[in-house]
Amino acid sequence: MKNSVGRKLPDDLMKQLNYEGFKSTEIGKPQVQRVAPKVHVSTGDDKLVDSIEDVVKKTVKDGMTISFHHHFRNGDFVFNKVMRVIIDQGIKNLTLAPSSLTGVMNDIVIEAIKKGTITNITSSGMRGSLGDFVSHGGLKNPVIFRSHGNRARAIEHGDIKIDVAFLGVPNADKLGNANGMQGDAVFGSLGYALMDAQYADNVVLLTDNIMPYPNTPASIKQTQVDYVVKVDKVGDPDKIGSGATRFTKDPKELKIAAMVNDVIVHSPYFKDGFSFQTGSGGAALAVTRYLRQAMIDNQIKASFALGGITKPTTDLLEEGLVRRVMDVQDFDKGAAASMHTNPNQQEIDASWYADPDNKGAMVDQLDIVILSALEIDTDFNVNVMTGSDGVIRGAVGGHQDAATAKLTIISAPLVRGRIATVVPKVTTNVTPGDSVDVLVTEYGIAINPKRKDLQKAFANLPGVPVYTIEELQQMAEKKVGKPKPLEFTDRTVALVEYRDGSIIDAINEVKD
Amino acid sequence: MAETKERLRRTMMFVPGNNPAMVKDAGIYGADSIMFDLEDAVSMAEKDAARDLVYEALQTQDYGDAELVVRINGDDTPYYHNDIKAMVKAGIDVIRLPKTETADMIKTLEKDVLAAEKEFGRKEGATHLMAAIESAKGVLNAPAIAAASDRMIGIALSAEDYTTDMKTHRYPDGAELQFARNMVLHAARAAGIAAFDTVFTNMDDTEGFYRETNYIHQLGFDGKSLVNPRQIAMVNKVYEPTEKEVENAKNVINAIKEARMKGSGVISMNGQMVDRPVVLRAQRVMMLAKASHLVDEEGNYIEK
Repeated sequence: MKNSVGRKLPDDLMKQLNYEGFKSTEIGKPQVQRVAPKVHVSTGDDKLVDSIEDVVKKTVKDGMTISFHHHFRNGDFVFNKVMRVIIDQGIKNLTLAPSSLTGVMNDIVIEAIKKGTITNITSSGMRGSLGDFVSHGGLKNPVIFRSHGNRARAIEHGDIKIDVAFLGVPNADKLGNANGMQGDAVFGSLGYALMDAQYADNVVLLTDNIMPYPNTPASIKQTQVDYVVKVDKVGDPDKIGSGATRFTKDPKELKIAAMVNDVIVHSPYFKDGFSFQTGSGGAALAVTRYLRQAMIDNQIKASFALGGITKPTTDLLEEGLVRRVMDVQDFDKGAAASMHTNPNQQEIDASWYADPDNKGAMVDQLDIVILSALEIDTDFNVNVMTGSDGVIRGAVGGHQDAATAKLTIISAPLVRGRIATVVPKVTTNVTPGDSVDVLVTEYGIAINPKRKDLQKAFANLPGVPVYTIEELQQMAEKKVGKPKPLEFTDRTVALVEYRDGSIIDAINEVKD
Repeated sequence: MAETKERLRRTMMFVPGNNPAMVKDAGIYGADSIMFDLEDAVSMAEKDAARDLVYEALQTQDYGDAELVVRINGDDTPYYHNDIKAMVKAGIDVIRLPKTETADMIKTLEKDVLAAEKEFGRKEGATHLMAAIESAKGVLNAPAIAAASDRMIGIALSAEDYTTDMKTHRYPDGAELQFARNMVLHAARAAGIAAFDTVFTNMDDTEGFYRETNYIHQLGFDGKSLVNPRQIAMVNKVYEPTEKEVENAKNVINAIKEARMKGSGVISMNGQMVDRPVVLRAQRVMMLAKASHLVDEEGNYIEK
């Protein structure tokens, strides 16, 4: 079958997994039923243990679904500690359902797959050796990729039924009151982990920092937690986030950022009380700096900044240019520290952030978002999942979710080295072109033809040449040539869900 | 002169000819002139590779309206002739000769370029020339160098080699370059060609960069050689005319139109005759205003 964006989907798998093809970015107003977790009743006095082995023995059984969060990013020690025990205890057929998988988890996940410990994975993304392993058919069942908002939706619907959540935290008391802001390995918002804490049948916290009871502020609450495991170290603070966020000096990134800023400032949404999400990465951080100046020059203040937060954004909060910062995660120490001290910074869970099946999510209120792309095609579809070799090396993240903003800007260089970013057809469709409004490259911008209003607004901006997306694609092809088509086998190694749970694309095994 | 129509040359951006990424991206920053370097930026081992790269880039990449310049290796090197042939064949706009000390060096270059134009069927005279002045001798011979060929479009001061030759080095206040700057500038103006100031390499000293650029703008240089694309916006800002200058220029242009309509040879504004220098200055101001996106093609102010 083919879905509404023309992607061929594997009939047998679609039927077997009871999936529908992607139809539309419109969510509509359905009535949905959420699920509730099991509660193992306790007064809480016997939660504190110091053996991961004991907890795993008590909680994890063959065939279960286990979860982790990725807030420690590449400084994570918890995932490896827990997976080691699970593999060594000979547990089989698990579904791994973390909020995402980072590089430090790759080796042990591959080992767990090879030993039959893990037979299914759902994640926001994967990179490096694990992406390579899966793309070469290393896992029998297809990986299911979900956006952060969609993971929240899937958990609330029961599509992901977490049996045991192993959640590392930089602090917790003996009953499980915990937050992400105090201790050695701080990361700020616990946004993604809050879903697991709320919906998993068993919630196991792991911490290196037992606080006196009661520990506040409590992002994860004692009412949700079954066990608190004391470990020697939950993470490496230096690898959790970047230290001081450095302002890019790359002239090309600055050029793109300046143009993104021009687009924002001349859009109908740049007015007092607007809201925005910028994300991390060189150009995005530079945009935040340009935007700051534009806000000062035009005496405009933002109502909120959303998503993954960095220090340049919390600086805007300090300056009074942004009224509230809503953090689902924090990318650097500055943002994490500010989360602790500034009452105008709000920790939000992934559901509040972006779950489409909701009584209103933050992304529904978002005016402007700047997102990146590995590839964007002439229908404005975006790939943030597979590389130019067809191998999995990315994550949906909040891409599909935030792209529902009123003005969605994709900021990407026309070509990267000898690889075109603007292509006739994306290798993997992750975010449908219907939700993308403007592409900004170092050569100029392209506006989605559906946005006549924006075509008009950006028609004569000095220093911002407007092209059709086809023209940009041609320009890229002229620069780097036409690549030989990628070759895949018939075997599906991953399915990419749209945020509503339908399938937007399938990823096949690469042929070498 | 080879170049009849005046063009803006506020920024001449150096691009190492052996760096594919920089060669590919050179067109995106809005430099008035792009100078691909085959000389000092390129090590001996990479001379041929750089020449090939720039040659291919000139065939395949779109650099928009920018004037394309290549700095070739000097005639005391084994690369000189191949550089000329490849660049003339590629259709380069301007060949820049480094370490120019005498008018004869330009005359020799002119002959070599003409031979290459004939060999590759390029229109004779289509390849323009410019000279880099990098020594005391070059500075003293600047007037003759600037006037050495009809193909000459400009001369540029290169301060690093020059200050070494003068047994000094660069200072923040630029006093050591006073004579050379004025000499080069006068030579250029007397010959009716462009004058380019030297590079400013400390990217962290924004204040110093603005100080120097304001100074050479005041002297009358057409523009500056640059090593980093981030400097382009800063130079353009210095060369951006004030609102008052633009208003005045528009009045002059209108007076010209009026005189033309009346069929009058004398242009007058507010009852006073407008001299030719005033007209020329007004035209240049309008050109700068357009390039700075202050006014549109018709000369109307663009609202910010």
